[in-house]
Amino acid sequence: MQPIVSIVNLSKTYADGHQALKDVSLEIAEGEILALLGPNGAGKTTLISIICGIVNASEGAVTVDGHDIVRDYRHTRALIGLVPQELTLGHFDKVWNTLCFSRGLFGRAPDPAYVERLLKDLSLWSKKDTEIMALSGGMKRRVLIGKALAHEPKVLFLDEPTAGVDVELRKDMWALVRELRESGVTIILTTHYIEEAEEIADRVGIIDGGKLILVEDKQELMQKLGRKAMIVELEEPLSGVPDTLAHWGLELSGDGCRLTYTYDPRSTRTGIPGLLQAIGEAGLVVKDFKTTQSSLEEIFVSLVKGRA
Amino acid sequence: MNVQAVKVIYKYEMLRAWETLLQSFASPVISTALYFVVFGSAIGERIEQIDGVAYGAFIVPGLMMLALLTQSIANASFGIFFPKFTGTIYEVMSAPVSFLEILLGYVGAAATKSLIIGLIILATAGFFVPLEIAHPLWMAAFLLLTCVSFSLFGFIIGLWADDFEKLQLIPLLVITPLVFLGGSFYSVSMLPPVWQTVTLFNPVVYLISGFRWSFFEVSDVSVAVSLAMVLAFLALCLLVVGWMFRTGYRLRQ
Repeated sequence: MQPIVSIVNLSKTYADGHQALKDVSLEIAEGEILALLGPNGAGKTTLISIICGIVNASEGAVTVDGHDIVRDYRHTRALIGLVPQELTLGHFDKVWNTLCFSRGLFGRAPDPAYVERLLKDLSLWSKKDTEIMALSGGMKRRVLIGKALAHEPKVLFLDEPTAGVDVELRKDMWALVRELRESGVTIILTTHYIEEAEEIADRVGIIDGGKLILVEDKQELMQKLGRKAMIVELEEPLSGVPDTLAHWGLELSGDGCRLTYTYDPRSTRTGIPGLLQAIGEAGLVVKDFKTTQSSLEEIFVSLVKGRA
Repeated sequence: MNVQAVKVIYKYEMLRAWETLLQSFASPVISTALYFVVFGSAIGERIEQIDGVAYGAFIVPGLMMLALLTQSIANASFGIFFPKFTGTIYEVMSAPVSFLEILLGYVGAAATKSLIIGLIILATAGFFVPLEIAHPLWMAAFLLLTCVSFSLFGFIIGLWADDFEKLQLIPLLVITPLVFLGGSFYSVSMLPPVWQTVTLFNPVVYLISGFRWSFFEVSDVSVAVSLAMVLAFLALCLLVVGWMFRTGYRLRQ
């Protein structure tokens, strides 16, 4: 299937010489949620800004729905909605007016019924005649989402959608993103909240220093790079790992009460039964044990650190 | 052509003027009315006719030009500067709109506002001095051309300015002195010969002269030269705006 967004060898060097993107290539399938993870200054916003037409690329090409974003900008931009990172809104504008403005700006004829539905979906209907400066931060962010959706885009870019947003609103935002996906909208979000990507993304792309380090299906990424660990809690503390267990590569906790064994969960033989047997033979009494899996955050940190 | 975009930008800008009615329309009208009271009625009655026109009436075209120029520049420059300043310009930059459509929206609205102000001032002037317009069509043409050219000029300033000081710099330090020294309150022929020559380097002289001719058939320079100068200024502004848009000057990195 043809990707809805295709990025080929994209680079961007700003006038001050800063190279924000280095040879980035990426394909985004229609209807997926892609999370672009990366530390501050990694190049996430630059990438989005180029696709949306706010920043010119230095090299490379981007197509949206098979059309070049520079040559066919009218076609591609009409398909895209952008929710920027900053709360950039006209403070004196009224909610209803600003959504109608956005719809018209993207070439769509007025449709009060659609705008009404959108405001109701975003729980903003009661505020339709309120000036934006009188809204809370969370509401302002929802207004930004409403503006981005006002022209019924097929692709939605959310640049750090939950930055500075409280936990409850963040969960509402995630629910909204899922609903949008169900309605057929392709969503690309940037975040440095790993839990956000872990919670809602289908695929995860990791950007650091302007380079796209990897793009993987979230589950595959976690399986591939996410090591599992079994922690064995002992009845009696140890002063060191017994020699008979040395070849298992166990780590002993500082208090000597826990042994940690890391293994590859994809492997057909994890070695767990053999280890438990060896522990028993060594005369250690097991009080409890549990397994844990690396979070995306740990994967991310290890990837970024590995490159540093 | 993205007609919807032009419509919403135009409507948005006009709504902004409507919501700040006092500042947008009442303020320039009041200040111009004060000029009429002071120069037209109070002092003007003690001044002889100039080129056969009563002084109070003589200054009407100049006062209208003063308001048109300052208002066109202020409206258009603020219209594009403010979204840049607040960051909301991102939406216009990411929308499927051409630069021509952006221009039609912003400059069209600024020119309309100036035109309305010009007409209100004209109507206000009628309360203070008896007015006759010898060539109404030429008057309308000069009015329209001035509104459009100086709104374009204001748009250029708004794109160029990256802070509020720069936004005010040219209107305050360049435009206002040029209008005052451009024959708003006097005929160029009243100046000593050397200053008459120097004055011809002031482009506003041509604007006021042509505009005054459309009222009273008296002018400092030929009407054809006036018209040519206004058109040349319009062309120059269009060229600069075209260059700014092609290069993404101060808009697109």
